[in-house]
Amino acid sequence: MSSKLRRQLWIICAAAGLFLTLLALDRTGAAAAVFGRNWLCLAVYLVPYLLCGAPVLRKAALGVKNRQPFDECLLMTLATVGAFAIGEYAEAVAVMVFYQVGEWFQDYAVGRSRRSISELMDIVPEYAHVERPGGAVETVEPDKVAVGDILVIRPGERIPLDGTVLSGESLVNTAALTGESVPRAVSPGAQVVSGCVNGEGLLRIRADKVFEDSTVSRILELVETAAEKKSKTEKFITRFARYYTPAVVCAAAALALVPPLFIGAWGVWIYRACAFLVISCPCALVISVPLAFFGGVGAAGRMGVLVKGSNYLELLARLDTVVSDKTGTLTCGSFRVSEVLPAADISETELLEKAALAESLSTHPIARSIREALGETEIDTARVQDVENISGRGLIAQVDGHRILVGSAALLRESGIELSEIKSGAATVCHVAQDGRFLGSILIRDQVKEDAAQALAEMKNGGVRRIIMLTGDRAAAGEAVARELGVDEVYTELLPQDKVAKVEELLASLSGACLAFIGDGINDAPVLTRADVGIAMGSLGSDAAIEAADVVIMDDDLRRIPQVMKIAQRTVTISRQNITFALAVKAAVLFLSALGAANMWTAVFADVGVAVLCILNAMRLLLRRNKSDDR
Amino acid sequence: MGAKTVKKKFSCEIDCANCAAKVEEAIAKLDGVHSVRVNFMMQKFTLEADDERFDEVLRAAIAAGKRIEPDFSVEI
Repeated sequence: MSSKLRRQLWIICAAAGLFLTLLALDRTGAAAAVFGRNWLCLAVYLVPYLLCGAPVLRKAALGVKNRQPFDECLLMTLATVGAFAIGEYAEAVAVMVFYQVGEWFQDYAVGRSRRSISELMDIVPEYAHVERPGGAVETVEPDKVAVGDILVIRPGERIPLDGTVLSGESLVNTAALTGESVPRAVSPGAQVVSGCVNGEGLLRIRADKVFEDSTVSRILELVETAAEKKSKTEKFITRFARYYTPAVVCAAAALALVPPLFIGAWGVWIYRACAFLVISCPCALVISVPLAFFGGVGAAGRMGVLVKGSNYLELLARLDTVVSDKTGTLTCGSFRVSEVLPAADISETELLEKAALAESLSTHPIARSIREALGETEIDTARVQDVENISGRGLIAQVDGHRILVGSAALLRESGIELSEIKSGAATVCHVAQDGRFLGSILIRDQVKEDAAQALAEMKNGGVRRIIMLTGDRAAAGEAVARELGVDEVYTELLPQDKVAKVEELLASLSGACLAFIGDGINDAPVLTRADVGIAMGSLGSDAAIEAADVVIMDDDLRRIPQVMKIAQRTVTISRQNITFALAVKAAVLFLSALGAANMWTAVFADVGVAVLCILNAMRLLLRRNKSDDR
Repeated sequence: MGAKTVKKKFSCEIDCANCAAKVEEAIAKLDGVHSVRVNFMMQKFTLEADDERFDEVLRAAIAAGKRIEPDFSVEI
């Protein structure tokens, strides 16, 4: 609790204490005996009123002076001054005291939410150790570091800027940024991201970006400005308040003036108008709706999902169609040997070894995957000679004096080698032959991400009607992956511009329903921008993706999408509950007060009580910390 | 025209979302201010103004904000 809040609490308590004492004296008749005359009694009631109501009166006066008078302060000032005017001193003070209690609670709630967001965003490095040319190490503020400076990061310290490791090996903890608890191993040459915490090793890194462009600064900027992109609900509430307050003041004025002209009883009608003003105060809505969205963005952030605005949270809650890229999004984007099919008289290992030797000098992803499949075994490149690359087909090499062919069926057939046909499906096939004899085939494919099928199923449970996959890959490969994952529709062999066209076509056919595109953010920036919600995966440190996407999943986990959809749905539900509840209670009490069935006491409890309940409801989003951290 | 501008961010104190909007509106009208943000939820004040007279504009902006909303204050 800040000192300002604490001081306000004391003032409110003092005013409330004083007021209750006065009220007790008044009700027992003691007040009349002590103070006797009316004006003295008024003076005594004015003490607690002014004690806690002074800021409200001042703000109302200031609003009038600045010609923007219609706000809560004006409502409260009019209502209480009106109550004093007709001699209802106790009611006037009660309204002011309870209104201030409600306000105090709001400030407290907003402060709590704000703090839990800043804790979540506790990723800002406080200092950087710069190694100067002489070898001396100097501690400076992160924003004083220039690109190219050498930074020393000691064990347990936060990496201050994005950079490249020059020397040292360590495990870095990216949890604060991604929610991923398994530390990432880094060695010289690796890119490291600011905001991560260094593990046990000492690292020397070269700064690649200035602080302002580093990941930490960008993420903070995003989270802080997220609240400024208002959701439709928030905009509705703001607009609503703009017309609502003046309308209520006019209605109250009519209530106070019109009936008495015909039937008299001025005091009664003024009293009812004052009660009307008190109930109609819109603070429950004005604060609780943005608070709910703020909490939703914060809760998503805690999982490592950056939502760039409340409006996207609202869209995520009602996703209709999800379009996803394949490579790198649903699949790992790295090739792995999925099957080894040796000919009759050779073992799997021998086949792999021959292929690996022939491919030992190649950097092609297929060559790499074959070498990886062979495991630990060191490859002796001296055994390999005269490697000839045949573009798009494979290669021919001399291994231990034998002529080895590794490549497509076409390559082998050209050399007059007979081979058996293989049903490859999603895989790429690599045939191997030695001295004109067929040795067998190796199937290589891009791995589907472990959780992809589960994540897609959860999205469907969350209300997504259609899941569509777009890929530039061959039809056979794309369709095999689609079948495996349970995707509804698949479009294959698309060029990047075809993907944009496809998404535009889908958007047009949806007529307003919400479409999300999931991509890895590296080459699908245009599609990310086109979609209603662009979701970029695993793009920590990729500027283009963070720029183009509306939602950034910082670790590579597809399951974050159904999770963030759930948060979005909860946020929208909570803000709807608040709007409905507040409006319903207010409408009911307004009606009663106009009829004279509700007095000012009911009014003030209806107003403050509703506000407190709405705020508590909105705060549920942030307080459900452990639940959303489950994985 | 075409003068270089700088953007700086400060911690600020502002009481309500409505007050923040009012203060923002008032400051945006000032001479030399290119863009201004008063973020109630994060309690952040961002001002973009001409580089060479940034401090002067900043002072004017804070004064204008205080006129509208006496509780508005900025940590410099």
